[in-house]
Amino acid sequence: MSTALLVIGGLAVVFSLVLGIAAQRLKPKGDPVARAIDHLLPQTQCGQCGYPGCRPYAEAIARGDADINQCPPGGESTIDALADLLGREPKPLNPENGTEAPPTVALIDESLCIGCKKCILVCPVDAIVGAPKLMHTVLMADCTGCDLCVPVCPVDCIDMVPAATGIAAWRRKPPKREPQAA
Amino acid sequence: MVENQFDDELTPTRKPSGFYGGLRLPTDKHDLADQPVLEAPLAEEYLLPLVQHRGLKARPVVAVGDKVLRNQLVAQPDGLISAAIHAPTSGVVSSIERRPVSHISGLPGECIILRSDGEDQAVEPQPIEGDYHLIDPVRVRGRVREAGIVGLGGAVFPTSTKLTARADTFLHTLILNGAECDPEIACDEVLMRIAPDAIIEGARVVMHVLQVNRCVIGIEEDKPQCEQALREAVERADDDRFEVVRVPAIYPEGSENQLIQALSGDEVPIGGLPLDIGYVCLNVATAASINNAVHEGLPLTERLVTVTGTGLQGQANVRTRIGTPVSVLTELVGGYTDDAERLVIGGAMMGFAAQTDAIPVTKATNSILVMAPEQARGAEFVRPCIRCGECARVCPSKLLPQQLYWHTVGGNEAQLERHNLMACIECGCCDYVCPSHIRLAEHFRYAKATVAQRRIEREQARMAKVRFDRRNARLEQQQRERVERIAEKKKTTARARAGDEKRQVIADVMRRVEEKESGGDESA
Repeated sequence: MSTALLVIGGLAVVFSLVLGIAAQRLKPKGDPVARAIDHLLPQTQCGQCGYPGCRPYAEAIARGDADINQCPPGGESTIDALADLLGREPKPLNPENGTEAPPTVALIDESLCIGCKKCILVCPVDAIVGAPKLMHTVLMADCTGCDLCVPVCPVDCIDMVPAATGIAAWRRKPPKREPQAA
Repeated sequence: MVENQFDDELTPTRKPSGFYGGLRLPTDKHDLADQPVLEAPLAEEYLLPLVQHRGLKARPVVAVGDKVLRNQLVAQPDGLISAAIHAPTSGVVSSIERRPVSHISGLPGECIILRSDGEDQAVEPQPIEGDYHLIDPVRVRGRVREAGIVGLGGAVFPTSTKLTARADTFLHTLILNGAECDPEIACDEVLMRIAPDAIIEGARVVMHVLQVNRCVIGIEEDKPQCEQALREAVERADDDRFEVVRVPAIYPEGSENQLIQALSGDEVPIGGLPLDIGYVCLNVATAASINNAVHEGLPLTERLVTVTGTGLQGQANVRTRIGTPVSVLTELVGGYTDDAERLVIGGAMMGFAAQTDAIPVTKATNSILVMAPEQARGAEFVRPCIRCGECARVCPSKLLPQQLYWHTVGGNEAQLERHNLMACIECGCCDYVCPSHIRLAEHFRYAKATVAQRRIEREQARMAKVRFDRRNARLEQQQRERVERIAEKKKTTARARAGDEKRQVIADVMRRVEEKESGGDESA
């Protein structure tokens, strides 16, 4: 009887130790729900949601602090994807955060740039290159169109322009619902 | 069940050679190939779109007001996947602006507009001198790039890029694609009859560039004259590396994956290229233009175009300069009939409807088709899918179009990928046989474009996240270093101050000692 108790007790101690250590060692970094949410966000890092970047917004959604309809760059498709992931009802974009617009990129008017470096410091994705008192320029392929560089420019030489125009911006429309025979 | 489109002996399982699926389409284009080739007249104005090829748009190297000569470079390639554009005649660059171009969207695209001076003066051609076999293949390939040559079968992929052998693949065979399978298009057929020697010579240049020792020319069985002409040309060239093979005339044999399968039995893997299994496939017209570039020193500024359809007074194969407005060519064959309804660029199976005939002929334009109402399909009522499976029987990529259709309508991207949507070659065979008249290919084009766009967006998001995280990590690192630096400084100043205090104490003691001593002296 006592042997059985000892064996069971001993096993319990051993396994609890193993499990305890494993839980500490193999703990996933960060909240897996937040990571899944972050994966669906457009990574514009614009802060229009009220959080400093996509990851913080994802964490806020995961905590229940933020709603799923605060991401204007992602727009309807992102809201649908989030609703799908979290099992909620999709809802329209919150107008307080902004409106869904075609993608843009920043363009520096290089003749006006004074090389103050302010835009370089705020760019969340390091998409502006330049040096103090030298002209800056935007790496178009890496610009997410977050707008953050526009307000800090002291000479107002940054414009947001459409990422693509004309044929390059054209997308196929879904095929029309065909005329159905009665 | 719908009326069977197949000859019985050609049902997929029993075909002796060839590829899975496909259709035998009725055609009368061979009569058209018997007619003499017309020369398009010099147009007043040529429109040269900066995108006539797959890839990035070319960069203009001329300014408005510049005078240019025929064959002069007007736009240079921007990057590896791009192509040069040359002036089709002599004249003045009147503007560089957006004009209607042959694009399915109907949107205007950027064009260099060349006003002809009517003199048609050309720059001195600079052929490669001497025996090209002794010249570095890289230089010969450079000439192909300078000449702005792209795949003339319709895909318009820059040929010099295609001729760049990769270190990780073993190329063994060049395939010349003479299987022009569209039921209206006959421009390659005409070319094979009138310029077989140029085609063979172009192929020999390519074999030198790629260092391969075998060339198979695939020609459909319904073009015996072409086969004859090319066999004779091979004999004249006295080159035993060539093999002319007759393949059954089944649409879409002109698709390179299908032609390779018909000729060799090898299948190009899904998502792969012919390169992956050792083949390079070129259209016969591309081979001929390579010959012109290397041996004549001429860039690609003209091509053969089939102008046909029930909505036109006449029909012909026309040799035309690239940039010529389509209206010039329709005029050349007698103009439109009264009931002309639809202008299609490309064949009836894969072409698209254009909204105006002011658009120019580009390197991609192999056919201009004007349809009268009875020829124009698409007005039929669409009925629900009855799951007959005809579409799966004809799909040359062995896909399941009806499944893909459901998932396209449902927007189920994961299922679309699982059913290999991206392997669809948009040939339209499924449309053709569908008894419910469902426009399947149109759905697949949309779905393919959407999936491709999503992939690009996802990749951009991934890159943005990587850059954002790296920046945050860097900022944190900088902050940490700053804090450490400040702490370090505090410590050193504190130590220095502490040192000062000690010195002060010692100084005080010394002073007291001195005072004591001097006081002692006084007292003593």
